[in-house]
Amino acid sequence: MIIAENVAKEFTLHNQGGTVLRVMEGASLKVAPGECVALTGASGAGKSTLMRMIWGNYRTDAGHIRVAGTEVSSAEPRQIIALRRTTLGYVSQFLRVLPRVPTLRVVAEPLLALGTPEAEAEARAAELLSRLRIGESLWGLSPTTFSGGEQQRVNIARGFVHPYPALLLDEPTASLDAANRETVMCLIEEAKARGGAILGIFHDEGARARLCDRLVDVTGFRPGVAA
Amino acid sequence: MAMLDATVGHMPGMVETAPAPGPLLSVRDVGKRYGARIGCADVSFDLWPGEVLGIVGESGSGKSTLLGCLSGQLVPDTGEVVFDSRDRGPVDTLRMSERERRHLGRTDWAFVHQNPRDGLRLGVSAGGNVGERLMANGARHYGNIRATAQDWLARVEIDPGRIDDRPRQFSGGMQQRLQIARNLVSGPRLAFMDEPTGGLDVSVQARLLDLLRGLVRDICLSVVLVTHDLAVVRLLADRLMVMKGGHVIESGLTDQVLDDPQHAYTQLLVSSVLQV
Repeated sequence: MIIAENVAKEFTLHNQGGTVLRVMEGASLKVAPGECVALTGASGAGKSTLMRMIWGNYRTDAGHIRVAGTEVSSAEPRQIIALRRTTLGYVSQFLRVLPRVPTLRVVAEPLLALGTPEAEAEARAAELLSRLRIGESLWGLSPTTFSGGEQQRVNIARGFVHPYPALLLDEPTASLDAANRETVMCLIEEAKARGGAILGIFHDEGARARLCDRLVDVTGFRPGVAA
Repeated sequence: MAMLDATVGHMPGMVETAPAPGPLLSVRDVGKRYGARIGCADVSFDLWPGEVLGIVGESGSGKSTLLGCLSGQLVPDTGEVVFDSRDRGPVDTLRMSERERRHLGRTDWAFVHQNPRDGLRLGVSAGGNVGERLMANGARHYGNIRATAQDWLARVEIDPGRIDDRPRQFSGGMQQRLQIARNLVSGPRLAFMDEPTGGLDVSVQARLLDLLRGLVRDICLSVVLVTHDLAVVRLLADRLMVMKGGHVIESGLTDQVLDDPQHAYTQLLVSSVLQV
């Protein structure tokens, strides 16, 4: 479902003397439907970089990345837009939303974009928000005013509201209390059970041990480091 | 796309559109000079149904010239602009007659100006402003026109009770929403927007952006959006073109251009945004 082959990435900092930072080389991985794979490696090793290349907001300089048959590394913007709408979900660490849009709408939005009727989309959003213990009194408010943990849960609800066949998770259990952490792990297990291919970054070792079928250490993809 | 189109049917005042097989707008090698100075040069892109394309760049980068060339307000020196019109299929809008272009301007196209005063008739009531395009397109039943105008005022969050007030009595944010209603009432498929959130307070901007996003989704509207505000394109645009000195120097998926800019100028632009 998610395939990376021999991927390389460099950044050219034009405004800092044209410095070229080669940050990744020969990165390859595969995630099959129903599988959960963790990216590991020290901070700065390139876990997020690889994940962003799969999401498509970082360009791939060499090699190929394919998600559900779409060649992300060379696709037209509209193909990536379509892929993100139907197939590829992403729970980032930061919630980026329009101010003043109510939480219920923020969570329902991926379904509305797919043409799901409003009542159905909001019912599904409400169900997830309840499971993630966001009180109903908050649903009509914008999440921009919420605490970090609450925003994190709104972001997770938004990422799980549509059953994406492929899902990228960046530290989904960070900054959550025990009960919510358990809920998120259940959501991930349910996504695996329905055949979702999941690639995640988990600093939470307990979560990683329980959820992940394999680990991929990105340290081996650093240029000049033997795998 | 088919799913988005399916929602069009039950919008009052909307004309149903069939899913278009090709791009809605095809722009090839458009260029315009002002004497020896380049307005814009060698601009080519395709815009697909339901897509929002942001054009960013600083003042003088050529983005407004380009918007003028695309929307028929300026005549480019070179290139072609092919629009897939509802009644006649693909037409070269640069080579059509003024009458045909005016027809397009009140049916398939919309233009939202930065200053609502440029896009509204200030001496005419809010309802009259919204109803004008309907009448120009042949609507004659007063009750229906008024009902549609009321519906659109509500959709842009203006109290329909103010239908008989003149735009002069509205705040800047309300005027901008009225301009949007006036433009979208005829169910256009393509809207050109020049800094639509330009002169507005930040809180009013957010409200307008939310509104625009909902409208884009509900009526499968394609938008060419010119702005210098990167936060606005991040939230509204699917794709981005960065202009400098009349040329498109970088283009791509919005978050890719903003998160992983390739060109020196784009890197400068992105790194110069003040964080709040």
